Amino acid sequence: MTNDFNNGLNSEKLRSILRSLAAEKKVKQWDLGASCSKDHFVQVDKGEAKQLKASQRSSITIRVWNNDGLVGTTSTSDLSKGGIEKAFVGAFQASQFGNPNDIPDFSPLAKSELPKLSKKLYSFKGIKKLLELLRTAEYELLNKHHAIQNIPYNGLAESEFQRIYLNSEGASRNIKSTHANLYLYARAEENNNKPRSSGAIRIANGIDELDINGCIEEAAKRTIDHLNYRPIDTGKYLVCFTPEAFIELIGAFSNMFNARAVIDGVSLSTKESLGTKISVEELSIYDDSIHPSNVNACSFDGEGTPTKKLCLINKGILENFVHSESTAKQFGVSPTGHAGMGSKVSVGIDWLVISGDTVNPSKSKFNHKEYKDKFILIEGLNALHAGVKGSQGSFSLPFNGWIVDQGQRISIEAATVAGDIREVLNNIIHIEKEQQVTHQGISPHVWVDRLSITGEE
Amino acid sequence: MKNPSEFIASVNSQWKSTLESLLSTGKRSGADFIEIFIENIDNINILAEQDLITSVTPSFGKGAGIRVFLDKKDGFVSTNDLSEKGLSEALEEALGMLGLEPCKSNCLYFDGLHQIRDYGIEKENWLYQCPDLLESTEKILLGTNNIKNYGKHITVRRGSYSRTFQEVLIASSDGTYARDIRLHQSIGLNVLASDRTNRSSIGRRYGSSDQPDDLSKWDPEKSAQDICESSNKMLYADYVEAGQKPVILSNKFGGVIFHEACGHLLETTQIERGTSPFSEKLNKQIANKSVTAVDEGISKGAFGSMSIDDEGMEPQRTVLIEKGVLKRFISDRAGEMRTGHKRTGSGRRQNHTFAAASRMRNTYIMAGKYTPKELIDSVDNGIYCKSMGGGSVGPTGQFNFSVEEGYIIKEGKLTEPVKGATLIGEAKEILPRISMCANDMDLAAGFCGSISGNIYVTVGQPHIKVDSITIGGR
Repeated sequence: MTNDFNNGLNSEKLRSILRSLAAEKKVKQWDLGASCSKDHFVQVDKGEAKQLKASQRSSITIRVWNNDGLVGTTSTSDLSKGGIEKAFVGAFQASQFGNPNDIPDFSPLAKSELPKLSKKLYSFKGIKKLLELLRTAEYELLNKHHAIQNIPYNGLAESEFQRIYLNSEGASRNIKSTHANLYLYARAEENNNKPRSSGAIRIANGIDELDINGCIEEAAKRTIDHLNYRPIDTGKYLVCFTPEAFIELIGAFSNMFNARAVIDGVSLSTKESLGTKISVEELSIYDDSIHPSNVNACSFDGEGTPTKKLCLINKGILENFVHSESTAKQFGVSPTGHAGMGSKVSVGIDWLVISGDTVNPSKSKFNHKEYKDKFILIEGLNALHAGVKGSQGSFSLPFNGWIVDQGQRISIEAATVAGDIREVLNNIIHIEKEQQVTHQGISPHVWVDRLSITGEE
Repeated sequence: MKNPSEFIASVNSQWKSTLESLLSTGKRSGADFIEIFIENIDNINILAEQDLITSVTPSFGKGAGIRVFLDKKDGFVSTNDLSEKGLSEALEEALGMLGLEPCKSNCLYFDGLHQIRDYGIEKENWLYQCPDLLESTEKILLGTNNIKNYGKHITVRRGSYSRTFQEVLIASSDGTYARDIRLHQSIGLNVLASDRTNRSSIGRRYGSSDQPDDLSKWDPEKSAQDICESSNKMLYADYVEAGQKPVILSNKFGGVIFHEACGHLLETTQIERGTSPFSEKLNKQIANKSVTAVDEGISKGAFGSMSIDDEGMEPQRTVLIEKGVLKRFISDRAGEMRTGHKRTGSGRRQNHTFAAASRMRNTYIMAGKYTPKELIDSVDNGIYCKSMGGGSVGPTGQFNFSVEEGYIIKEGKLTEPVKGATLIGEAKEILPRISMCANDMDLAAGFCGSISGNIYVTVGQPHIKVDSITIGGR
C-alpha cells in the first residue's frame, strides 16, 4: 500500500517504472501525464471554523500503443508500483478497443522549448493562518452593512501543484506551481424584501498576493447594491455585459473554437468556417494561456505541447481553432497547446482575452459609466451548465444585473436573458476600450442590442 | 481488469488493528469523534460515436478521508497514501487543524471497533458478473446503430456506458465498523439533428445500482426510437414565448425540479448555512395539500439506493412533506450535531476526498389521484414539459431549469413543440401551486453535484400541474 510519490512526483523514477513495464509487456510506445497536489481549505460561519480541509492527491494517466498501433488509456490515483502496473496493464487491454480511424501520436512539439512563465512559488501558510484571515474577512464583510446577515458561501484555500509529462521518446515536462483563492458570497435582507445574494472571487499565486480587501469590498458592494430591486418587464433591451459576464458567455460557447468539436460535428463551426466573418469587425478574441494574469497558467498541455497566445477571432474573422496533436494532424496544422490526455484527446480553451475597441474607441456614446438612456447592465450569468445549448447556439440564462436609466442604477429582481450566440456576436454595437482582468480572462464592457429578457411577474 | 483487488481480501486481516490504533490516537488526543473512510475504486467509461468505439477508459484508485470532530467543528484530511505512516500523518494533520496535539501511547482509549457489518460479502463477485468490455461495447454500438433507423437529419450519434465499482470501509470512534460494495451502471444515447438552419440535441440516460446484469435489460432499440422521436419533433420547434403560464411537468425526470428547488433546501447543510427558507417551517404547510414527498435510499436497484450511507448508517425512508406539511429534514452526522435534526442515513460523498454531507438519495413526489390526461385537459393555455434539461438553485432559493422538450397546451390539447423554454421561480412560491398530481409516479436516474461532490441520485414524480410559473424564452 506504499505510495512512492507522497513528497512530489519524481520524473526519473516514473520513467524507470514505465520503461521496465513497457519492456516486460513488449510495448514500444507509451506516454504518461501525472499530477500531484496538496491543498488547505477553510470555511467559517460567524467567526467559528465551519470546515477545515486538507488533501494530498496524486494521479497518473498512462497511454500505450499496442502492436497494431491502437491506443489505450487508464488513469489511477494509486501510485504504488503495483498501482502503476495495474494501470499499465489496463491501458494495454483498453488499446484493443482503440479507434483505428483516429489514432493519436506524440505531439511533434513535445520536446520543443517551453515558454517562460514568471510565476512565483509561495510557501504554505497553514490552516491556522488561513482561518485567521478568513475570520477577519468574514467579520469585515458582515460589518459593511446591517442587512448582510451571513456569508453562507465562503472559502479560503491554498494549494501546491505539480504536473509532469513523459513519453517513450524522451520528452520530459515538469512544472510546479502554487495557488490561492478566496470567495465570499454574502446574503442580505432588509425591509421584508426578498433575500439577495452576491459576492466576489480572488485568485492569486499565493496567499500573500491575494487581494483580500478587494474581495471584501467587491462582495459588499455587489450585495448592498442589489438590496433595493424592482422587477423588469419582459421584452427586448439594449444590454451591456460586464467583462466577467461577457467572458462567461463566450466561454460557454467555446466549442465554436474547438477543433475536436468541429470534427465530431457538435461545434457551431465547421472546417469551412475558418476565414469567414462570424462577428462584427470590432471584435477580436485570443486564447492566451500564458498571460501573466492567468494564475493557472501551465507552460505545456496534456500532450507536452508548449502553450501560447492564439488568435481565435481577428476583427470579426474566425482565424484559428484550438488543437490537440490529433486534430491538428487532421487540419494540417501544428498543435496549439490545448490538449488534455486520453485515448480520445479532449481539447479546450484556457484564458480568453477580448480586445478593446481599437477602431472607434472614443467616438461611441456607449460607455457604461456615461450612457444616459435606458439600458440593462448584466453583471454575471448563472446556471450556464443548464441554460446553454452549446451545439445549437442558444442560451437562456438567469443573471444578476441592473436597469440603468439616466445614470441611475436599480437592481433587477429576477430575470433571464435569452438569445443565440451567433446573433449576439453580430449584434454587438460597441466594445469599450478599457479591458478588465477577471478570474476567468480579460475583457472590456460589451454592448449588444435587442436581447430578450424575461422578468419574473 | 476483473480481478478482485487485494484490498478486499485484506479488510479483516489487516485493517482492523490499524484503524483501532488510529481511532484510539484520535480519542486520546482529545477529539470528540473520529471517522475514517477508506475506498477502493475500479471504474470504466466507454464512448461510442456513430458506428465506432472511440474511447475506452478504465480508472482505478484508492484513498482515505479522515474526519475529526471537536465540539461542532471538524477537520477533514484526505490522502492517496494508505500506508500506516500516511494515515497517521493524515490523522495528525486533522487533529492539528482543531488545535489538538497527537498523543501517542499504546493503550486503547476507546472500546474498540464492533464486529464488522459486512454488506459487501455477498457482492464480491459483482465485478465478474458485470458485462465485459466486448459485451458492453457491442451493446452501445447497437444503440448508436439503431438511431439510424429512426432519426431524420441525425448528424451525430453517441452512446456511452459507465460502470463504477466502489468498495468502502468505514470505521469511527463510536465503534462503527462497516464495509460495503457499491456498483453503479449507466448507459445513454445522445443525438444531434441538424438541417441547414435548425438544430436539436437530445440525450437520455438510464442507470441502476447494485444490478450487475442490468446492462442486458437495456433496450437499445426502444431507447433509440424514443430519442429520435423527440429529436425529430424538436428540430423544427419554434422558440417559446416568454410569460407566466401553467405548466404540466412530466413524470420521471420532471422530478428534477423538486430535487433542485426544494430537496436541497431540506438538507441540513442548507439549514446550517441559513440559506433555507424552510428552516423554521417544520410541521407547517409549505406546499399544496396534493404534495407528499419522500427521500429514501432503499428502493431496489434505484440509482440513489445503498446498503449503508458513507457514515456507516443504514438508509431510511424519510417522508419530507406529507400533504403539504413539512415533516423532516435530510440529515447527516454533522447536520445532527449542528442543527439537532436526527440523522436519516443520508451522509454521502463522491469519494474519499470529500467529507460526507447531508445529501438526497431517491427523492420523489408521491402519486396522486388524477390521470395525466386530466391534468392536460385542465389547462387552457400553457406548456407541457415532456423532458427537462439541467438546472440550478441560487443561494436565495431561486431556481432556473431548461426544458429540453416542450409542447404548447391549447384548450386541453397538446399542440406544437417549442424550444428555448426556461422555468424560473422560487420553491416556497411554487410548492403551493402544485395543484394536481397524476397517478403515474416513476423514477429516473441522475447525478447531483453539491458540497460533497457528484453523487448518484434518483429523481421522480408523477405528472404534476403547476398553476403558474415564469417561463423564460425569447
